[in-house]
Amino acid sequence: MNVVELTNSGLYCAAGDFYIDPWRPVRDSIITHGHSDHARVGGELYHCTKTSEPILRHRLGADILLRAYDYGKPFKMKDATVSFHPAGHVLGSAQVRVEVNGEVWVISGDYKRSPDSSCEPFEVVPCDTFISEATFGLPVYAWPTSQAVAADIFKWWQEYKEGPSLLFAYAFGKTQRILSELGHLTDQTVYLHGSCETLTKIYRDQGIKMVPTKLVSDMPKEYKFNGDLVLAPPSGHRSSWMKRFKDPQTAFASGWMQIRGNRRRRGYERGFVLSDHADWKDLVSTIIQTGAKRVLLTHGNTDTLERYLREEKHIQAEPLATQFEGEAEA
Amino acid sequence: MQLFAEMFEKVDQTTGTNEKVAALVAYFQKAPLHDKVWATLLLRGRVKRSPLTSLRMRQVFQRLSGTPRWLMDECFSHVGDTGETLALLMNAGMLALDPKPKERSLNEWMTEELVGLRTLGDEDLDRRLLEIWNSAHPEHWFLINKLLTGSFRVGVSEKLVLKALSKVTGDSESVWHQWLMGKSDRDFEELLLTFQGQAPSKELLHAIPFCLASPLEESFFVNEKPEDYFAEWKWDGIRSQIIKKGDQIFIWSRGEEMVTEAFPEIAQMASTWAEDVILDGELLVWGEDKPRDFNDLQQRLGRKKLGPDILKKAPVSFMAYDLLHLNGEDFTALTLAERRTKLESFSGTRTHPRYRMSQLVEFTSWDQVKELQLQSRELGTEGLMLKNKHSLYVTGRKRGNWWKFKVQPYTLDAVLLYAQAGTGKRSNLFTDYTFALWHGDKLVPFAKAYSGLDNKEIEELDRWIRRNTLEKFGPVRSLKTHHVFEIAFEGIANSTRHKSGIAVRFPRILRWRRDKTVDAADKLEDAQKLIEAHV
Repeated sequence: MNVVELTNSGLYCAAGDFYIDPWRPVRDSIITHGHSDHARVGGELYHCTKTSEPILRHRLGADILLRAYDYGKPFKMKDATVSFHPAGHVLGSAQVRVEVNGEVWVISGDYKRSPDSSCEPFEVVPCDTFISEATFGLPVYAWPTSQAVAADIFKWWQEYKEGPSLLFAYAFGKTQRILSELGHLTDQTVYLHGSCETLTKIYRDQGIKMVPTKLVSDMPKEYKFNGDLVLAPPSGHRSSWMKRFKDPQTAFASGWMQIRGNRRRRGYERGFVLSDHADWKDLVSTIIQTGAKRVLLTHGNTDTLERYLREEKHIQAEPLATQFEGEAEA
Repeated sequence: MQLFAEMFEKVDQTTGTNEKVAALVAYFQKAPLHDKVWATLLLRGRVKRSPLTSLRMRQVFQRLSGTPRWLMDECFSHVGDTGETLALLMNAGMLALDPKPKERSLNEWMTEELVGLRTLGDEDLDRRLLEIWNSAHPEHWFLINKLLTGSFRVGVSEKLVLKALSKVTGDSESVWHQWLMGKSDRDFEELLLTFQGQAPSKELLHAIPFCLASPLEESFFVNEKPEDYFAEWKWDGIRSQIIKKGDQIFIWSRGEEMVTEAFPEIAQMASTWAEDVILDGELLVWGEDKPRDFNDLQQRLGRKKLGPDILKKAPVSFMAYDLLHLNGEDFTALTLAERRTKLESFSGTRTHPRYRMSQLVEFTSWDQVKELQLQSRELGTEGLMLKNKHSLYVTGRKRGNWWKFKVQPYTLDAVLLYAQAGTGKRSNLFTDYTFALWHGDKLVPFAKAYSGLDNKEIEELDRWIRRNTLEKFGPVRSLKTHHVFEIAFEGIANSTRHKSGIAVRFPRILRWRRDKTVDAADKLEDAQKLIEAHV
C-alpha cells in the first residue's frame, strides 16, 4: 500500500488528505523545514514543528494559518497518525512519520548526521518505507567534522589582517551554524549581510548560542573591516555589494566545495566543505538504520544511490521525481 | 614534498597574482636545487612522461578497494579528474589504508618513488601503489595522484613563473624565458646547470619569444592613420621561427614546440642558405595558388616518422613575415619598416620553391582595407594583419603594435543533441555539447562546442539538461530536442571521419537562439553549400 504518493502538487497522503512540502497551493501542508523548495506560499493551513514556526512566518507571511507541534508528539490527520522527528538539517527541520493501518512511512525532507550546535540532532525513526534525499549521493562526498571546518574557517580569518574575510554561505541554516560553531572558538564580532539578519535573530530568540554579530550596513562608511569576518549569501559574491570591501579574501562554505573544480569555477579563493546534507556514508548508514524495506529517493544523485542500494545492499530502492533541489550550487 | 604542497596550496587558493608570485618566490628561495627544477617543469607543464595512465591507476584502485566499476565511473564523470577522484575516495575511506607518512623531497618522488611503474604487472603495481599511498601524507594524496598520472596543473601562468624566477635570481624574465623555452624533463641536467647559475651561453638557438597580434577593436579605424600601417594577409598555418646557425637548424612553433623533425623539407631548404638567420613566418601546405586545408598541415604534427607519401601529398612551404637576426646581427630593436627592408633584400635572393615572402597589401584608406578584407576567404586567408610600421619586435601581445582583422566566422543554427560533463573547472557541470543539423527528417551531429555561453547560461542549460535527459550512454546524455544555438566556426571541409561528412574548425556557440524552434534549425545541405562556395 502506498501511504504517500507523488501527485502534480507534490507528495500526497490520501488516508490523511494532506501534502508534504507541496509545490502547489493545497489545503493541508505538512512542512519539513523552511527552505524555499520545501515551504512555499499559497497554502491554506501549514503544519510544522514549534521551532520552525517563526521561520515559516518570516518567510511565508506572519498571518499564515499554521499549527505547530512538538517533536515526537503524534497527531491525527483523518486516518493517518503523523509525528515530527528531528532531521538535523536546520533549526526546526523535521522528518515526517506517517502511520496508516500499522504501516509506517518516514519522509526525511533534507537531513544530515554531522553534529550541528545550531539545530536539533537527527533521530533515526524505524519505518517500512523511507523517503530520502540523495543530494550528495556519491562516495566522493565525505564531510570533515564540523569542528575541523570551524577551526579552518577561524584560522583563515585570523591569518588575514590586511582586509576583510568574506565568507559566503546560505542565509538560513549555514550562516547560523557557522556563527554557532565559531562561538566555541571566539567571542569576536562577526559582520552580517542584511539578508542574514532576521533569521539570525530568530535563532538567537530560540536560545541558539552564537558569536556576537553586527550588520555591515550599520557600520560607518569609512570603516574598513580589516581583519574582520563578514558573512553573506552567495548572491553577494561579485555583486555591487562587494565593492564596499577593499582587498577582501573570499571563501564559500558548501558541500560542493569538496570538488576542486566547483570552487575554481565559482571564483572563490577558498572552499570550506560544510554541508547541511548527509554525505554518502551517512546516507547509506541512515537508510540501513531505519530498517526500511523500501527506499524512495527524491533529489540529488538519486541514480547512483539507487543502484548502489539495490546491487550492493539488496534494498528495494526507486527514484521519486520531486521538485526539491537540495543544496543549490550557486 | 611539504614545501611543494604548501606552495601549491597558496597558489591554488588565491586569485591575486602578487600573492601567487610571492608564494613561488618563497618556494624557489627555500627549495633544494633539484626540487626547483622539477617544480619549474611541473608548473610549466613540461614533464613529458607520466608514471602511469589514469586508466591503470583507476584499475589498481578498483582491485584494491573492491569498489564496483560503475560506481567509480560515476564518481569519475562527476569529478572530472582521476587523481582528484581517487584522492577523495581515499579520504572517504573507500580504500583501506594505513598511512605512515614519510617526508621525501619532490626530487625523490619524481626520480625514485614514481618511476618504473609502467612496466610492473598488476600484482606488483597494486602493492607498489599501496606503498606509495601509505607513505604519503593524506593531505598530499591529491598531488601524488596528479604526479602519478602526469596531470599536474595549477592556476599559474608562464609569465608568473618567469616573474618569480627573475625575482629570485636577478636575471630578466626574457632571459629566463629563453633558458626555459622548449625545455622539458629530458633537459634536466642542462636545467640543473641553469639553476646553479651556470646557464649555457645566452646564444640563441631557441626561438625569440613571438610577437603577437591583438584582435582589432572598433576604435582602431578612428584612432589610427593608414600611413602608419602595413597590411598583410593573415595565413592560417603554424606560426613558427626558423633558426639557422652554421649547420644547426631549428624550427620552433609558437607553442614552444620544436617541430624541426616534422618539416624536413623546410630544414633542408634552410641548410642551403649561406646566411645565419632567425626568420619569423608561417608553415603552410601550399596548393596551386593558395594554402590547402589546415587538416593537411596538422597531419604532420604528432607523427613520429614521416613517410614519403605524406611529404609528397602535403608539401609544406614557409611564408616569411619578418627577419629577426641576420649573420649574428639582432634586428628585433629595429622598427618593422626597417626590418621589412632587410626581409625584402634577403628574400630577393632566395630561389627555393618552398620559400615565400608575405606580400604587403597595398592600400590608401581604411575603407579600402575593409573592402580588401572581404576577399580573405577567397584567397584562402583568415583576414588581414595590420602592423604598425614603427613597432619593434617585442615579446607577446603588446597592444597597439600588431592587429588582426579577421573575417567573420561562418555560422549555422543547430540543435542541441547531446551533452557531457566537462572536466577541471567545468567538472560536474554539463558544458560539452554536441549540435546537429537536419538531414531529411533526421538530426545529424555536426559539431561539438565547449565555449561561448556565459556562466549564467551554462548553469541554466545544466539544470535543463538534468531534467530533460532521454538516455545516458556512459557520461554522455541524449537530450530532448528543444534548444537551438547559433554555432560559429572558422573553416569547413568535407570529411570521411565524421558521420555528417563535414568537419568544422574552431566551432563555438555564438548565441542561444531562444527565438527559434527546432524545425527552424539549418540543414546539412546548408553546410554543404558553404563548402561549395569557397572551393
